[in-house]
Amino acid sequence: MTTTIIGVLAAFAVLVLTVELLRRRALREKYAVIWLVVSLVAVVFTVFPGLLLRVSQRLGFQIPANFVFAIAALVLLVVGMQLSLEVGRLEDRSQRLAEEVGLLRHDIEQLRRELAGSAPTEPVELSHAAARDDRDDRAADDDGDAGGSASG
Amino acid sequence: MSGAHRPWTRDALDSALVEQGHGGRALVVVPAWNEAEALPAVLVELSSKIPGVDVLVVDDGSTDGTADLVRRSGTASVVSLPFNVGVGGAMRAGFLYAERNGYRAVVQCDADGQHDPADIARLLAELDAGLDVVIGARFAGVGTYQVGGFRRIAMKFLASSLSRITGTRLTDVTSGFRASSARAVAVFAREYPPEYLGDTIESLVVARRAGLSIGQLPVELRERQGGTPSQSSFKSVIYLGRAVLVLGLAVLHRGAGKDDA
Ligand SMILES: Nc1nc2c(ncn2[C@@H]2O[C@H](COP(=O)(O)OP(=O)(O)O)[C@@H](O)[C@H]2O)c(=O)[nH]1
Ligand SMILES: [Mg+2]
Repeated sequence: MTTTIIGVLAAFAVLVLTVELLRRRALREKYAVIWLVVSLVAVVFTVFPGLLLRVSQRLGFQIPANFVFAIAALVLLVVGMQLSLEVGRLEDRSQRLAEEVGLLRHDIEQLRRELAGSAPTEPVELSHAAARDDRDDRAADDDGDAGGSASG
Repeated sequence: MSGAHRPWTRDALDSALVEQGHGGRALVVVPAWNEAEALPAVLVELSSKIPGVDVLVVDDGSTDGTADLVRRSGTASVVSLPFNVGVGGAMRAGFLYAERNGYRAVVQCDADGQHDPADIARLLAELDAGLDVVIGARFAGVGTYQVGGFRRIAMKFLASSLSRITGTRLTDVTSGFRASSARAVAVFAREYPPEYLGDTIESLVVARRAGLSIGQLPVELRERQGGTPSQSSFKSVIYLGRAVLVLGLAVLHRGAGKDDA
């Protein structure tokens, strides 16, 4: 009987975990469905072992455990496939994003350079520098050029 | 056009090209991954042998300052990818760049100095003669480049398979020295296969499926001018296995979009 209790507890634990993860939005619904179904079915079968026996016999399994193993393998296969597909799609998208990021960075650098170069450089920079130099000049008359490095 | 953007028909491509204008020049795209050693000489050679051509280096997550070196050179633009995506992904970024900036052709050229920039004009001339994809091919009677043992068998096999698929005699389908017409750029900007060997083998299948004309031009391949090659020779058995798999999948692939679901 202890195995039955452990089975029921385990099935409930998976169910509770799935619901909790869903509630915290850590698990997306599209991945949760299969785990919800699995844990619900597991709970039902562990609570009513007779049901498992009848279903597996009806399906032609000699030992109920074989039925459980077969279902488990099938479920894991589907889950593994789904994850492979998802990972592939994510990889493809992240790669395209990387390419876009590279292109955008290039454009930003180019815009920066153009702004730095094509902004009315001479007059504005000179007047800025002049304003700063003016203050410097008052402090130290002859060293005005030393402070003018910003304009170069 | 409805959601699915392939397969491209010639008409759709032609109208796409008319929309963006036929003008523009050729762009040399240089995929580079940690090529700080060999790249400077390549940039110098590019600007001296084909002055006035635009060069774009796609730095693929290099950790040796490749990108900064290009910026300092002042003769090429650089697109820096945030992490390594491989030659296929880097080239797709290059094709996107070319398409968005209205270039009429793209030439892919290695960063290690193995491709002679002097051949670029000849590749472009083949495009002008009506081809959409021109491969700068070794083993085509010019040059002395040799590849050892198993890898050579693999390359021969791939070449003959792809010759049959594309209906043109190709002797070097793994060459990374190629020119693409504006029509090819439009196709490749959308679906340049980013996987292993996708940039060489599968891209030809993609081109073929899009109705692009493919050809080759014999070129001489030089020695690497510094740095280390990305492939080591003892991996060639695995290389053949993966190449056959890639080729088989490329042929079976029906162009079902796995992106933009
Ligand atoms: N963008 C990018 N370029 C790469 C990568 N691996 C190699 N390359 C570049 O592809 C070119 C050919 O690489 P190389 O190692 O010489 O290959 P090989 O000539 O076929 O032996 C060089 O310009 C490399 O810098 C990569 O992961 N990403
Ligand atoms: Mg090389």
